[in-house]
Amino acid sequence: MSDDAVNPEEVRHVAALARIDLEDAEVDRFADQFADILEYFETLDSVPEVERDVDLANVMRPDEEHDCLDSEDALRNAPESEDGYFKGPNVS
Amino acid sequence: MTAQTVQQGDLVTVIGLEVHVQLETNTKIFCSCPTEPADEPNENVCPVCLGLPGALPVLNEAAVEAAVKVGKAIDADIPEETRFHRKNYYYPDLPKNFQITQYDEPICADGELEISVEGERRTVAIERAHLEEDPGSLQHVGGGIDTADYTLVDYNRAGVPLMEIVTAPDFRSPSEVRAFLADLEEVLEYLGVFDAGRDGSLRVDANLSIIPAEETNGDGTIDEEALAAANRTEVKNISSHKGAEKALAYEETRQKNAIQRGRAVEQETRHWDESRGITVSMRSKEEEKDYRYFEEADLPPLRVSDWKEEIAIPELPTARRERFQVEYDLSEEAASKLTSTKQVADFYEDVASEFDPDLAATWVADELLGELNYRDMEITDVEDRLGEVNRLVELVATDEITAKNAREAVLRGMLDDGDEPDTIVEREGLGKTGEDEVQQAVVEAIDENPDAVADYHAGEGGAINFLVGQVMQKTGGSADPGDVNQLLRAELEE
Repeated sequence: MSDDAVNPEEVRHVAALARIDLEDAEVDRFADQFADILEYFETLDSVPEVERDVDLANVMRPDEEHDCLDSEDALRNAPESEDGYFKGPNVS
Repeated sequence: MTAQTVQQGDLVTVIGLEVHVQLETNTKIFCSCPTEPADEPNENVCPVCLGLPGALPVLNEAAVEAAVKVGKAIDADIPEETRFHRKNYYYPDLPKNFQITQYDEPICADGELEISVEGERRTVAIERAHLEEDPGSLQHVGGGIDTADYTLVDYNRAGVPLMEIVTAPDFRSPSEVRAFLADLEEVLEYLGVFDAGRDGSLRVDANLSIIPAEETNGDGTIDEEALAAANRTEVKNISSHKGAEKALAYEETRQKNAIQRGRAVEQETRHWDESRGITVSMRSKEEEKDYRYFEEADLPPLRVSDWKEEIAIPELPTARRERFQVEYDLSEEAASKLTSTKQVADFYEDVASEFDPDLAATWVADELLGELNYRDMEITDVEDRLGEVNRLVELVATDEITAKNAREAVLRGMLDDGDEPDTIVEREGLGKTGEDEVQQAVVEAIDENPDAVADYHAGEGGAINFLVGQVMQKTGGSADPGDVNQLLRAELEE
């Protein structure tokens, strides 16, 4: 795959969807990396196709309550929290 | 609109809806956290609905059953196989950065709902209805959505089962939309899959565009090309029937004004600001391709088309309304009141099976619903006391108390003080007075009022009414005035 397989505009678009600001230098760097990643995926084309388990369907559970996490545990990994809420920057 | 009435410059409003309804289940759609509103934020959460690494969704059977019921009620196809997809967008209400929904293989397709708009029947086509999970809720602290200092996130709602019902662009006015939402809610409540009283249980996005009338066909339909040529706005943040009508009336006027002033209508998403009564432009969001829909590999496909046969649904409101008119000989208005909710209709049939259907209709539709309405209550608030209401109707049906006392003393006492009907009847002495007692009161009234008796014999018409009043007073209002009148005349003529 050639180096321009992913153009800078595509990188900027994906970054915008992920709400990430990129410097121009970063855009170029990611364009190269995206191209590499896409190339890895092409390798998958050489993997022989395997039938997946076609009979697996209708996997469901009964409508029964189970214990939830303690609020404290739920928030344990959050960088910031306030009054039991996850806290983050303003979004619009 | 007929072809003859169309004039150059006339404009037609075209509206289509995406209605999100919360399905009534005990637990969330992909995990076993309860759906009941919690007192504290992030109380009903677990690794699945928080999107913690490695957690896997497992579909709630009850949500699928509810979806199949909806499909049956709107006469939709339930395809042999349906599946779930990931809709990717980056916003903190989604802990996983994607929402599990159904993209091109929804559980219900090609349905319809018959609605009644100002007494006329209309059929609205439903293109699809699919299952998805609700996102969490955000609070913008220290300002509006654009000016807040920071955001607080509560994931209690995240993963609550929703059904998104997408209509064809079949509406021609905001009032039709309101009628549709009311009828849809009624059907969903009959199915027992929806609770209109639950906060946030109904959310509507509406697409509205304005089309030159000459581009509509003679039968009022509109070709896809004409529709595609007009710019439409998507109005979000509508949460009630009334809100839908107001928001769309505003948007209709706004677009028509723009067109009449020769300005273009922007294709955009607008936010309904309920408090200000206006729609405002929202920063443009992603296009469909930006959602990068792909199959949710953690959920195997569903094959539930045969559930349509297995799962029963109750008689739906329109059919029940028609049957009530025929079977119980009720007016359309009475039948409509009595089928307004399934609980009311079930209770009416219960009472009508024991007593005169007409009397039952009066007592359920007028007296009970009237008194409940006056107190801002619903039949579901007195669910466990319907036996007592039944007893009250029995007291009236067997002539043990007068209708007036039943209504004014007993029913009101039951609702205000929580007393049982027989307790009130006994305490207030409301049992209809026996004949002997009335006869005795008649004799007393004549003895005590010689002047009135003289007036009666002198042919003065008012005298008898005075004497009836005296007897009624002595019997505490429990005698029948007509009977008293006759007894008095008989006694006076002797």
